[in-house]
Amino acid sequence: MWEQIRANRIRSGFIVVFMGALLVFVGFALGLYFFGSAEAGALIAIVVWAIMMLVAFSQGDNILLSLGKAHKIKKEDHPRLHNIVEEMTIASGLPKMPDIYIIDDPAPNAFATGRKPDKAAVAVTSGLLQKLNRDELQGVIAHELGHIGNRDTMLMAIGSIMLGTIVILAYYGSRVMFFSGGNRRSSSSGGSGGAILLIVALVLLILAPIAARLLYFALSRKREYLADASSALYTRYPEGLASALEKISGSRTQLKAANNATAPMYIINPFRKKGMAASDLTSTHPPTSKRIQVLRSMSGASFGEYDAAFKQVAGKRGVVPASTMAAVAAMPLREASEEADKAADTEVKRAREVGDVLWRKNQYRTIDCQCGARLRVPPGIKASNVRCPRCGTVHQL
Amino acid sequence: MWWIWVVIAIVVIIAFALVSIYNGLVRKRNQVKNAWAQIDVQLKRRYDLIPNLVETVKGYASHERETLEAVTQARNLAQQVANAGAGERAKVEGELSSALSRLLAVAEAYPDLKANQNFLALQEELTSTENKIGFSRQFYNDSVLRYNNQTQVFPSNIVAGMFGFKAEEFFETTSEVEREAPKVSFS
Repeated sequence: MWEQIRANRIRSGFIVVFMGALLVFVGFALGLYFFGSAEAGALIAIVVWAIMMLVAFSQGDNILLSLGKAHKIKKEDHPRLHNIVEEMTIASGLPKMPDIYIIDDPAPNAFATGRKPDKAAVAVTSGLLQKLNRDELQGVIAHELGHIGNRDTMLMAIGSIMLGTIVILAYYGSRVMFFSGGNRRSSSSGGSGGAILLIVALVLLILAPIAARLLYFALSRKREYLADASSALYTRYPEGLASALEKISGSRTQLKAANNATAPMYIINPFRKKGMAASDLTSTHPPTSKRIQVLRSMSGASFGEYDAAFKQVAGKRGVVPASTMAAVAAMPLREASEEADKAADTEVKRAREVGDVLWRKNQYRTIDCQCGARLRVPPGIKASNVRCPRCGTVHQL
Repeated sequence: MWWIWVVIAIVVIIAFALVSIYNGLVRKRNQVKNAWAQIDVQLKRRYDLIPNLVETVKGYASHERETLEAVTQARNLAQQVANAGAGERAKVEGELSSALSRLLAVAEAYPDLKANQNFLALQEELTSTENKIGFSRQFYNDSVLRYNNQTQVFPSNIVAGMFGFKAEEFFETTSEVEREAPKVSFS
């Protein structure tokens, strides 16, 4: 795990440095144009970035969770989910079990967040809990804990803030340029030199956000493969994640709580379009069919075997850093767990289970009538008793 | 005088390399220890669950005495050797696992038992505990593999020899039954 984190840091460091360079360039362009001093502009850009960073980190890890109607759950709320997260925490060797959240949304998806492994959280949607059996859920949770263990959550947070800064600076900078026209403060550069400078600055301002976005997406795609490899390593059962991805990608519902900045955090791109070959540069996630194919052609569970499967499917160089592969030799896969294909583990039952949790979390009271009907009483109701609509029994509140 | 500086530089580089190798070994050994503690936690959790399970099953299937006694015996034996090394412990725990899976196979024949709420809750707990034992063993063995590799390959084997880093034992299941059926099935 340590070798992998280190290799990750180096690779990702490059991309973050590139994005930082873009940020400084945007600052140069703006500074040169408005104050006639490139250094001042770069300084301002960095200060803006630092402020955004501080704001984001002081707001804590729960920005994502507060966006999406997430409910924190305890063990007795959903024992199976809690147990699976605990199992995967053990398998991944994380120092502390992450907090668990359920998001009330029928679109099946999941994400991980948190700057540090000991302050992390995983969130799954109610749709995911309903669709997936135990093995599949385990694969998804392992993928998310892979993100936490590989320090992806922190990296993506830094990356998304940098991207946001570049976009904001370039957007407002170019706006002001257009509308303020010739009223430039800079008088040092005049004539044709000034015109060239203006064009160069303008082109830079237009291109920088695009380039930054592509870099951010490239970063995100690489992390997805690595988290898939980690999932296979932790569960020793890549088929679980493969079949989960198949079920998730078959779903037509779109996640309501997602936006552009948070998209890379999810297990599957929340904005994907049906039938689109998502292998292009503007996607946060690798194409799901390819991810499934790689997982299904693995002959063992180690990183080396994931890399071999990836080369076989994609015919390119691998995605796993070489220093990581040497560390662990071949690892056998396990069989499907028997509870996964148990008849009792049906979608209807799972839907009820997660429905109960959400009713409870929204402070609805549940009354089981003796006629078999189940009454849900909303919070803040004035009446002192309710009548069962089926058999007419009156229940005290 | 230049060669003195060269010698000093070489000494400093070697010292740095030694320190970093030593620290790496310590880190890996600590990870092995942590992983071992995690296995211990999960095995103890299983000892605690078994009396409950035996009581619940007894209420519905009292004439399966032999199977029930085998589980209780295996549990007590496992608890007695709880301070032994990884190799011996793995063997005893493997026997406990196979006794447990026999008991749960027997429970199949009792529909009343399978409808019992208490039994169903125990079932999820026991399944998950079996999984956790499996995963903590997996993490422990991975950690041991990494640590042992480090103590054997050049040049860290020199440092390992100097400071007495010994290879650790794997936690391997020896029981044939458990190898065939590592998962507990209740269905």
